[in-house]
Amino acid sequence: MTSHTVPLKRSPGIWLGGIVIAVAAWFALYRQLQPFSRWAVAHMPVAPGGALASSIEFFVYDTPKVLMLLTIVVFAMGVVRSFFSPERTRAILAGRREGLGNVAAAGLGIFTPFCSCSAVPLFVGFVSAGVPLGVTFSFLIAAPMINEVALGLLFALVGWRVALTYLAFGLTIAIVSGWIIGRLHLEGWLQPWVRNIRASAVELQPEDMNWVDRFEAGWEAVKEIVGKVWYWIIAGIAVGAFIHGYVPAALLARIMGADAWWSVPAAVLVGIPMYSNAAGIIPVVEALLGKGAALGTVLAFMMSVIALSFPEMIILRKVLSVKLIAVFIAVVASGILAVGFLFNLLFS
Amino acid sequence: MMKDIKILGPGCARCKTTEEMVKAEAAKLGIDVTVEKITDYEAIAQFGIVSTPGIVIDGKVVHAGGLPKADDLHRWLRT
Repeated sequence: MTSHTVPLKRSPGIWLGGIVIAVAAWFALYRQLQPFSRWAVAHMPVAPGGALASSIEFFVYDTPKVLMLLTIVVFAMGVVRSFFSPERTRAILAGRREGLGNVAAAGLGIFTPFCSCSAVPLFVGFVSAGVPLGVTFSFLIAAPMINEVALGLLFALVGWRVALTYLAFGLTIAIVSGWIIGRLHLEGWLQPWVRNIRASAVELQPEDMNWVDRFEAGWEAVKEIVGKVWYWIIAGIAVGAFIHGYVPAALLARIMGADAWWSVPAAVLVGIPMYSNAAGIIPVVEALLGKGAALGTVLAFMMSVIALSFPEMIILRKVLSVKLIAVFIAVVASGILAVGFLFNLLFS
Repeated sequence: MMKDIKILGPGCARCKTTEEMVKAEAAKLGIDVTVEKITDYEAIAQFGIVSTPGIVIDGKVVHAGGLPKADDLHRWLRT
């Protein structure tokens, strides 16, 4: 193909130039956010330094900040994700032994595109292609829990140490939980039709992707994910702003501090029926940590909200027996509890 | 000649969009098609795909996961 037949939209140079300009504008704008929020609050009819002013400042500063961070994180992840597909992941995992297979599944779970509406086809597709049950579970736990968008936001808002420890412990939980479920040999607890399917894995032609395709995939991800989660984020920031302005640090330290041992199981229990998009929970995490809540308790809460959700359980009910779902919840909840306690011990 | 098209998916928003895209492209190319939606998980799994929506044209799986690209749709329907 000669160059003059390439439409402008598809030219790598235009894309690269556009990205450089966008990133420069992004940084220029980002630096103005804090001064702007101070200035805006100073011009509002609220008492300076009070709880309300502090809440409003948090909200006015965090809303554009989180949305801007989200956009850049989602774009980068959309490009990275274009290298992975569930079909390719399955081909890698099929026939793997447990152990190493669990590790590979958890790692791939971070980047393979996954949404809860395709959890069932994915589960069935994996199991029928000979991916061991425990390995499939490692993937199924890692995919929603170590959400790459949540990880990116955590990194940007709370810091690399928390983000890295979250990643390490999330992977550990997915690997160990999947391994345990595999050891229990619960294949008989699948719904009968799932056991009987022996579909041959379909071979799709590998898609030829160049860099423009990958950038476009990143941009598609931005339109789709940011378009879908922005109201979760606004809600999360509103909750965070309330905590920031009105919840006394002493009270929070008492109920979510490192000394309150019962706060970890309480955080997990409260988190199970709650369902929030991973991105929406991060501003809440940021505000809680800022008020002196213990890291282990906050992470346990966050993992519980993200990884154990009722809507997903109801979807999985189509392929798993209730007993198997109960084992799944119990194993993952125990892992989250262990992480919470360990963190509070290490970081207090 | 008539093409037999199946859209595989449990009924999420993307599956509906995919169906509309297929119908629109077929109409544009002037190709006769029958479009059938497969929403049953067991039936979807029989096709061996992992992610939805999937597209099957005359018994052959051509696409799985995410919305199809317009260029690809054009190619699949023409050949």
